[in-house]
Amino acid sequence: MDVNLKILRFNPETDRKGHWEEYNLEADPDERILDLLHKVKWFDDGSLAFRRSCAHGVCGSDAMVVNGENMLACQVLVKEVSNPIKIEPIRGLPVVKDLVVDMETFFESYKKVMPFLVNDDEVGERERLQSPEDRDKFEDTTKCILCAACTTSCPVFWTADTYVGPAAIVNAHRFVFDSRDNASKQRLEVLKDVNGAFRCRTAFNCTTACPRGIQVTKAIEDVKRETLTIN
Amino acid sequence: MKIIKHSFDGVIVGAGGAGLRAAIEAAPHMKLAVITKLYPTRSHTGAAQGGMSAALANVEEDNWNWHAFDTVKGSDYLADQPAVDILCKEAIDSVVELEHWGLPFSRLESGKIAQRRFGGHTVREGEAPAFRACYAADRTGHMILQTLYQKCVSMGVTFFDEFQVLDIKIDDGVCKGVVAFEIATGDIHIFEARAVTFATGGFGKIYKVSSNAHSLTGDGPGILYQKGIPLEDMEFYQFHPTGIYRLGILLSEAARGEGGILRNKDGERFMERYAPSIKDLAPRDMVSRAIATEISEGNGAGPNNDFVYLDLTHLGAETIRQKLPDITDFVRTYVKIEPIDEPIPVQPTAHYAMGGIPTDVDARVLSDAQGTVLPGVYSAGESACVSVHGANRLGTNSLLDIVVFGKRAGKSMVDYVSSTKRFTLSENAAEDLKGKVDNFINKEHDPNFSVPKIREELQDSMEENAKIFRTEESLTKQTEILSDLRYRYQNVTISDKGKIFNTELLEAIELEYLLDMSDTTVASALERKESRGAHSRVDHLERDDSNWLKHSFAFKNGDSVKLDYKDVELGNYEPKERKY
Repeated sequence: MDVNLKILRFNPETDRKGHWEEYNLEADPDERILDLLHKVKWFDDGSLAFRRSCAHGVCGSDAMVVNGENMLACQVLVKEVSNPIKIEPIRGLPVVKDLVVDMETFFESYKKVMPFLVNDDEVGERERLQSPEDRDKFEDTTKCILCAACTTSCPVFWTADTYVGPAAIVNAHRFVFDSRDNASKQRLEVLKDVNGAFRCRTAFNCTTACPRGIQVTKAIEDVKRETLTIN
Repeated sequence: MKIIKHSFDGVIVGAGGAGLRAAIEAAPHMKLAVITKLYPTRSHTGAAQGGMSAALANVEEDNWNWHAFDTVKGSDYLADQPAVDILCKEAIDSVVELEHWGLPFSRLESGKIAQRRFGGHTVREGEAPAFRACYAADRTGHMILQTLYQKCVSMGVTFFDEFQVLDIKIDDGVCKGVVAFEIATGDIHIFEARAVTFATGGFGKIYKVSSNAHSLTGDGPGILYQKGIPLEDMEFYQFHPTGIYRLGILLSEAARGEGGILRNKDGERFMERYAPSIKDLAPRDMVSRAIATEISEGNGAGPNNDFVYLDLTHLGAETIRQKLPDITDFVRTYVKIEPIDEPIPVQPTAHYAMGGIPTDVDARVLSDAQGTVLPGVYSAGESACVSVHGANRLGTNSLLDIVVFGKRAGKSMVDYVSSTKRFTLSENAAEDLKGKVDNFINKEHDPNFSVPKIREELQDSMEENAKIFRTEESLTKQTEILSDLRYRYQNVTISDKGKIFNTELLEAIELEYLLDMSDTTVASALERKESRGAHSRVDHLERDDSNWLKHSFAFKNGDSVKLDYKDVELGNYEPKERKY
């Protein structure tokens, strides 16, 4: 089939602002959006910049805006989107070049919630025990691949990048609800802060955007409720 | 471009499981930098699915000796047995340690870590399939990568994200540091370091249909090979039996561990004919050969008879939802079928390099077949060849390999750094890389000599001539093709002349590594006149222990490859005919 691809291009070495460029391609309906970007890069314009690695939705490199919605370019097929296909960088983070954004703010927010297990109790030679029920309480949020599709779909984040954002809260949730962790209180203090979970306005954009199907808004609600349990 | 200099004691190249595990070991004892061309959490460890084996005996009786037996037999007796003992013995503590760091393993009702069956893993030396693979649903690699990264964050490990190491500095046979390209700016960074670990992963992108990420281009092995370091056992490349048809996306062996069955176009469970005792859970080399044979004999399904089916329809919705959620999602996303109701079209996909940078059991890089250590240089994970996988790796042993030998690499860095003094690396250390980059920027672009064109021909021809079944004829033909591609690569050009995020430039440099990996694979395969593990020579069908119980070492010799050999280290298990 014929595809009309429109990409928002920006090269800081030559452009003052972004501009749309159009590419007409022959594509198989089963191809991924990422395959189209590769066709442009490999056979038309080698300077097109985008991130990619695994190409099947597990590494989180290629979050972008396709026809107005955040998604991973490797996880959506040509036949699933309407033509013309418009591709832009994810919003709310500075554009480095074309579809590549500066991820530093995103990872700084992630690090603020102490995204690691804290437990200084004596451990034996074998594993700690955890019941399947306790394990299940944080199953959903272990799936996060830090692609930033959720955070950069959030209208609150667009207006204030000081907000830690959905991805950081998801990663806090993963530890707050883990029966083995002892630092919930410190984490929840961060999330009670003015830039924490209560900035969420339950727009649900994040849940729609998550390529891993995480119930992001629900996780944020769980965390909000949990902050009420600490003094 | 600017040239910026940094001074560290140690540098780790690559931030997948092996690199991060080495960092956790080394960071408290030295000034350490981890350099990755991606962000750490984008590394391909995260794509590993099914599990990580260790004889925890949580489900049934097990011990690490049985694990070692299976690993040696699975390797077709090419693995070095003392190294396999270390792998299987240290597996137990390694899994427990990951749990202590927070890894969310799936759990049994008892609260212990859950374990499942996997190809080639048995109890009592072949009696029945063993419950040995510790898992977290079908995203075990994702959980390992996340947990190790989280641990690094908690320790404040220094990362250089999206910096691509492209050169190593070795003076008088001693490591002095590495040189990297900063992707966001085009600047060159010199990293002075006397201990350097390469944990750069594999090179599946030499083939057309692969489970590997685009970034897996053999950078670490390529950098060392170009400096005269040999690559070991390159003829042994693993094809995973169940890649999604045409796309190559991995569908974990856990699908068969949970009871999935392979069927040909007539619905026959054909593995009963190839491996009567453990059937669909035979090791990967045997299953991939069985599928290729079914296809070549006209038993493949589809209009071109070129795939077989992975049938999960009898497993039940609950097992699929709980234990195989990700791979069933992949099938829904990319094939648009429901695995609960329909069998899945699959074909073998290029998956894992058993070969790579030769190391000893302490991850120290060896510079020849006689075991000479290259001071200060280490490698672990898929980029390395210890050898614990021999001619064919068992499923789950790669996730084990990265933590066991990643840790050993970190320890070796600490030992070396604490027994040597700092030195300075000269400013002109960046000259070679700068020259390479300038050459690409200054050469006028000619679309006839573009990177994608050469790479596509490389992948297509490797797929055609050097895949599962090989012959002297196919390998000789591929040698000629590679020689032509190498000639054209000398004139390769790029169109992007910018500094910022110039990934076309990086793809051009990576293509040379892909050519190096292909050259060594084909030369080693042509010379080895036997069939062993993943290396199947149609013109030499038998395994030949009297002549070939040895590892190959491929050296760069101008534009060709020179081979040397080293005897396999045997142990408890005498080579026997390999039947399942």
